Amino acid sequence: MQAIAVIALNTFRENLRDKILYNLVFFAVLLIGLSVLLADLTIMEHHRMIKDLGLAAINLVGVIIAIFVGIGLVNKEIERRTVYTIMARPISRTTFILGKYCGLGLTLLINVLVMLSVFLAILGLYGVPITWTLFQAVQLVFVEMLLITALALLFSTFSSSTLSAIFTLAFYVIGHLIGDLKGLMENSQTVVLRRAVAGLYYLCPNLEMLNIKGQAAIGVAVPVTYQTLASAYGLSYAVASIVLACMVFQRRDF
Amino acid sequence: MDAITIEGLTKSYGADWPWRSPIIALSDLSLSVKQGEIYGFLGPNGAGKTTTLKILLGLMRATSGSAYVLGKPAGDVRSREKVGFLPESPYFYDYLTAEEFLGFYGQLAQLDRSNISRRVTELLELVGLSGARTRQLRKFSKGMLQRVGLAQALIHDPELIILDEPMSGLDPIGRKQVRDLILGLRERGKTVFFSSHIISDVEVMCDRVGIVVHGRLLANGRIDELVTHQGAQSVEIVCRDVAIADLPLISARATRVLQQGRQCLIVVASEGMIEEALSEVRKQGGKVVSITPHRGSLEDIFLRQASGAEPNPHIQSRVA
Repeated sequence: MQAIAVIALNTFRENLRDKILYNLVFFAVLLIGLSVLLADLTIMEHHRMIKDLGLAAINLVGVIIAIFVGIGLVNKEIERRTVYTIMARPISRTTFILGKYCGLGLTLLINVLVMLSVFLAILGLYGVPITWTLFQAVQLVFVEMLLITALALLFSTFSSSTLSAIFTLAFYVIGHLIGDLKGLMENSQTVVLRRAVAGLYYLCPNLEMLNIKGQAAIGVAVPVTYQTLASAYGLSYAVASIVLACMVFQRRDF
Repeated sequence: MDAITIEGLTKSYGADWPWRSPIIALSDLSLSVKQGEIYGFLGPNGAGKTTTLKILLGLMRATSGSAYVLGKPAGDVRSREKVGFLPESPYFYDYLTAEEFLGFYGQLAQLDRSNISRRVTELLELVGLSGARTRQLRKFSKGMLQRVGLAQALIHDPELIILDEPMSGLDPIGRKQVRDLILGLRERGKTVFFSSHIISDVEVMCDRVGIVVHGRLLANGRIDELVTHQGAQSVEIVCRDVAIADLPLISARATRVLQQGRQCLIVVASEGMIEEALSEVRKQGGKVVSITPHRGSLEDIFLRQASGAEPNPHIQSRVA
């Protein structure tokens, strides 16, 4: 447990020194800039747009970090051979994987918390009412980031950085479209296509389950039960991906 | 208990795939390293040295055979508790300062905070980097990286230190510093197992040496024993009161002859030719001043083994 924390904190420190959190400046500038540009809209539209854009920006920035830092978590260690001296210590490979994952998870958490604070400050500045659903939406965005990070980590244990990025991005896109795609394909005459989409539906996480940004923007309440179940759904996929990543990493020769 | 025991170690790549012919990196390698000795693992590039070290450290799995580190099976997490390792051309987290870097490895070794602080100060002093304590590793030269890497391997005061080409790429001063450090470890009762292709380093430091070529261990033992076992490589005979021109038989078979005033030097290739040379010298009334057999060096043995070994047709340099 201590070794996981040591590796996690070092990963977090690496993210800080790599200036990953500089993205927050980009986020703040983007959000403030857009809020000013949208000031000409009617009050109701303005409030909804600010919430919409804020949540979308938190999601976008978080997912970009999750993918592009996630794919390097293990791969970079192997390519730069920094993994040699760590694996030569009395720590298991599972400990290493968990430590790296928790480290990026911590970076993402801090990132989301800071982005949320900036977002709330802007909402306060324009007098937009802050609803509970906004927090629920951000929490589910964070679950999505943890899931994407786990997928990126899994791919990076057996493929190159480029391939890992492509795979993770593909899962992200399919994950958001798969629900609609399945609905469309249910009436398809082609059995093979219908089955392929159904297979994909059960393999890929349905990321739209974690998306309640629309409801949050218009202030519709989302039951806590849904939030809990959606979180459990996303985290189950993340855990399964990490278990797979550990199994693959366990078999690797360096 | 030996510090390292390796029996019949074999490593091949691609054996899992029927359509690929396997590449053999190590073939039935057996050796042991005693506690408290410096063992040099000598071999040309691509011989299988790094592969052996990686198997010992659990970075790689052997195809067959067994390896034990401090009495525990290699690959077992506990086998690495008292082991320090410095890889070849080390790459470290370059965003860390020397102090943070050593602290990180101290934490991984589960040292407590005060112990880490004390060890970091001691080791930075030992490797001559006290002045660079708060400097990021990305600003270190290659020699400095090698030394801080060595400090990293020693942070938890291990019993066994495994070093992969510790002197490669260092300037003469850096090499001497690393050499002195390694010799200092032996004085403190530590076991050092290091790979190298630099014969002079092995010759100066090691108690015992193993020569690996094409994945096979071709020689193993004390350097003096290996050299003695080879027999004399040449014999120098110095005699006086005789001219080379009067010694036609031996002159024709000697490796080298040289006349200097009343003295002449005859170099023959083997001890078996001494009697023949002496009888001809005496027959011509000459006197023998000295007979000096010259033993082969580790370099001679290494070169003979490296050039004489049959290459494994499946071996490739990538398996270094």
